Amino acid sequence: MREYGSSRARAIPPSGIRKFFDLLLTMEDVVSLGVGEPDFETPWNVAEAGIYAIEQGHTSYTSNKGLLPLRQAVSKDLHRRYGLAYDPEEEILITSGVSEAADIAIRALVDPGDEVLVAEPSYVSYSPCVTLAGGKPVPVSCNEKDEFRLTPECLMEKVTRKSRVLVMNFPNNPTGGIMGSDEINAIADVVVDHDLLVISDEVYSELTYEGSHVAVASHPELRDRTVTMNGFSKAYSMTGWRIGYLCAPRQISELALKIHQYVMLCAPIMGQMAAIEALRNGEEDKNAMVREYRHRRNFFVEGLNSIGLPCHLPRGAFYAFPSVAGTGLSDQEFAERLLTEQKVAVVPGSVFGETGRDHLMCAYAVSREDLGTALKRMEAFLSGIGRS
Amino acid sequence: MDEKDHEILHLLEENGRLPLRELATSLALPEDQVEERIRAMEEARIIRKFTAVVDWERAGNSRVSAIIDLKIAPERDFGYDKIAERLARFRQVKALYLVSGVYDLQLLVTGKDMNEVSRFVSEQIAPMDHIRETATHIIMKIYKENGNPFFEREGGERLPITI
Repeated sequence: MREYGSSRARAIPPSGIRKFFDLLLTMEDVVSLGVGEPDFETPWNVAEAGIYAIEQGHTSYTSNKGLLPLRQAVSKDLHRRYGLAYDPEEEILITSGVSEAADIAIRALVDPGDEVLVAEPSYVSYSPCVTLAGGKPVPVSCNEKDEFRLTPECLMEKVTRKSRVLVMNFPNNPTGGIMGSDEINAIADVVVDHDLLVISDEVYSELTYEGSHVAVASHPELRDRTVTMNGFSKAYSMTGWRIGYLCAPRQISELALKIHQYVMLCAPIMGQMAAIEALRNGEEDKNAMVREYRHRRNFFVEGLNSIGLPCHLPRGAFYAFPSVAGTGLSDQEFAERLLTEQKVAVVPGSVFGETGRDHLMCAYAVSREDLGTALKRMEAFLSGIGRS
Repeated sequence: MDEKDHEILHLLEENGRLPLRELATSLALPEDQVEERIRAMEEARIIRKFTAVVDWERAGNSRVSAIIDLKIAPERDFGYDKIAERLARFRQVKALYLVSGVYDLQLLVTGKDMNEVSRFVSEQIAPMDHIRETATHIIMKIYKENGNPFFEREGGERLPITI
């Protein structure tokens, strides 16, 4: 039979968690640590601003770039928090979440045949977007011994003459690894020497638990070769509102804008209006959520280590990434058996790239009770396989 | 008081029964230090009491509460303090505030039924010296108390697994 569909669409892999998803739907009483979104509702003042927007009849398209007051607020916020300077008129584009931003940034920068370096373990959408753009994703390992940071050595190993773009995401999903200014300085030389552009997904920036987040574009030599992406989903618990943004020097943001206007037109207006409220009056709720994540992290990571699943301390995001190397099971086997035998859902690390092998992604954006239950069940599972 | 003390307070305010061990790991502090900090804050009366937020209606033991507004003739040298302290001693008075506006003091009073509350107000409170006027507002339904909503509502459901 003739094969329908484009070769690019056929080339991208199906979701690595489909199997688990289907299995989960048939089960009851599962504690899922596989949910990559906050468990808090959107702060009420923010939600209320969205409701008010609808009541007032704000149900139309906005400018392709997004509402100017939102772009202005984003610009001020990025400056205040991370010392970034982006012109709200020309360099900021409001998108339907960072997912859209990543897609259009990649399409704006990648030609067929270009190699795109993707720092792994990584969120699962970057490489497929590269493939869809005709580029070739090239994984760059971020290793546990470096606390999952991106190092110039690992980057150098994969750079070729065809390398065009580096995609990175810190604080990282799924490892919780972060990059401080020293680490960014260290990779900046490689980026500049090889004339790479950087796409930096910083959607977890506000979920940084030790010290403060360092934006890649705050490095003076990287500023003009970086696309900074961020959004409201994680910091303000607004995943369903689909509001993110992309910031880049004009030359790049204009390209992204062209793609955005054809594929998305604009981000939803009520979400944009809610996002303005989040930036104006969301700080306290955000801080309370961050504090709670930090407490849960400490509790959960200490628990993982004490039941015999070694886990580095994730300094950002809300993921723990323990190793199962000592259990005699692969990450896939471990996750499948843990789900069927003890009803705890985690995601095998290999879903996030080869470097993630022998690890588990555990999102701790669930209640303390659930974290406690999950730890007990994981401990029971480990003793069942003779490892604790 | 430092940042860690504030974090302890936030956690305990949300859940006063959080086990010491969990509190300690959450804050990355040794258990004995957390215990000592809590003791010190109790001693300094920063932590006034550990208590439960009870929905008495659900407990099948419905009680009646009322907000009572009082106009007071302040006393020379004491202002409102003396009368307020006398009022506060009644077991029935659950909360007492000096407020701005038309009235001076606001009380939260509970009793087993409407009769008991109104008797308490008319026989104990109203006749006291310096009280010039009372206004009683019976609480008909509690929607939220101590930061806790009392109504049920369907929350959104997250997908079981997303990455």
